[in-house]
Amino acid sequence: MIITGVAVLAGCFLTGMLIGEFLGLLMGVDANVGGVGFAMVLLVLVTHRMRRAGMLPSATEHGVFFWSAMYIPIVVAMAATQNVVSAVTGGPMALLVGLAAIVAGAALVPVLARIGGQAEPLPPLEQDKTMAEVS
Amino acid sequence: MDVIAGVLEGNGLVFAFLVVGVLILVSNYFSRKLTRGRLQGSAIAITVGLVLAYFGGLHTGGERGLADIAIFAGLGLMGGSMLRDFAIVSTAYGVDLAVIKKAGVTGVLAVLLGVFVSAIVGAAIAAAFGYTDPVSMATIGGGAATYIVGPVTGTALGASSEVIALSVAAGLVKSVVVMVGTPFIAPLIRLDNYKSAMAYGGLMGTTSGVAGGLAATDKRLVPYGAMTATFFTGMGVLLVPSVFYFALVFLTGG
Repeated sequence: MIITGVAVLAGCFLTGMLIGEFLGLLMGVDANVGGVGFAMVLLVLVTHRMRRAGMLPSATEHGVFFWSAMYIPIVVAMAATQNVVSAVTGGPMALLVGLAAIVAGAALVPVLARIGGQAEPLPPLEQDKTMAEVS
Repeated sequence: MDVIAGVLEGNGLVFAFLVVGVLILVSNYFSRKLTRGRLQGSAIAITVGLVLAYFGGLHTGGERGLADIAIFAGLGLMGGSMLRDFAIVSTAYGVDLAVIKKAGVTGVLAVLLGVFVSAIVGAAIAAAFGYTDPVSMATIGGGAATYIVGPVTGTALGASSEVIALSVAAGLVKSVVVMVGTPFIAPLIRLDNYKSAMAYGGLMGTTSGVAGGLAATDKRLVPYGAMTATFFTGMGVLLVPSVFYFALVFLTGG
């Protein structure tokens, strides 16, 4: 059933969020520390188990695929609700700080990605397939 | 008119699905016709979304872009952190954990370096603009990390509201530019594999920026970047008002 897949996703999501929240409390900070990350690891582990036990028919999988396909539309909605005015009118210093942080961070990406050997680039995307997926 | 607006407001989330669907269709059309697919449809859609958010914000004077206009309020729910994080988690389905374990060192280092490098850069620029007290420097440094770390740091240390507002603006600039700019800097920094995506997520840290930027670059990179980015703000909130602030106090001899 599709709802089983959605429910598994929801269960992993909420458990991960709780872990992140408790980790924040433990560290004494008022923030969720890695809740989404823990939820992702949980989802991978739980679905792996379920698949091996034959408890993951394709209808159930589709409950997860649906939300994964909704990811880009959700991100577009997120973009449309950002406080862009404040970013644009923040003045030269805010602009400079934001940009400099990006440049410094981006410059370090190749350095960190080299640790333990360079990873292979992903195979090129099939443009038409992405289009179909997104639209 | 009132009847139409009433239906759209009463069914905000459903209307948001329609609005975003049309926006993506149009963006895909332009992607094919104008850029021959070189600029992905999702990259165009995200940029158009940000432009709409700008005009929405100008129109209402609110902080939630288009969502402050009553009939578009559903976009706030659709693009809010609950559904966004739910969808991010779903992208992890099918990810190989062995891959993440192999890149674990990269991920952890990326988050730690990301927090400190942004904070140092932000604090240095703040000092250049005349904000030389450790509290203001730490707050603006926090803003260079994310738009959440800035105000949390500022509130904890008792920074002025002007400095806190600047730190939020700096964080927003970072988030918006990462969303729009990631596809363009991706080839320069070899952002084309799971490991560099994990490094990128950890170094940039802004979850919304990374979520949007990687979606515009290559959707397959999203789970890896998001996984590390989600630890960043927590780490920033922990380290910037404490370790980083004390280091600044020490350096400025205060």
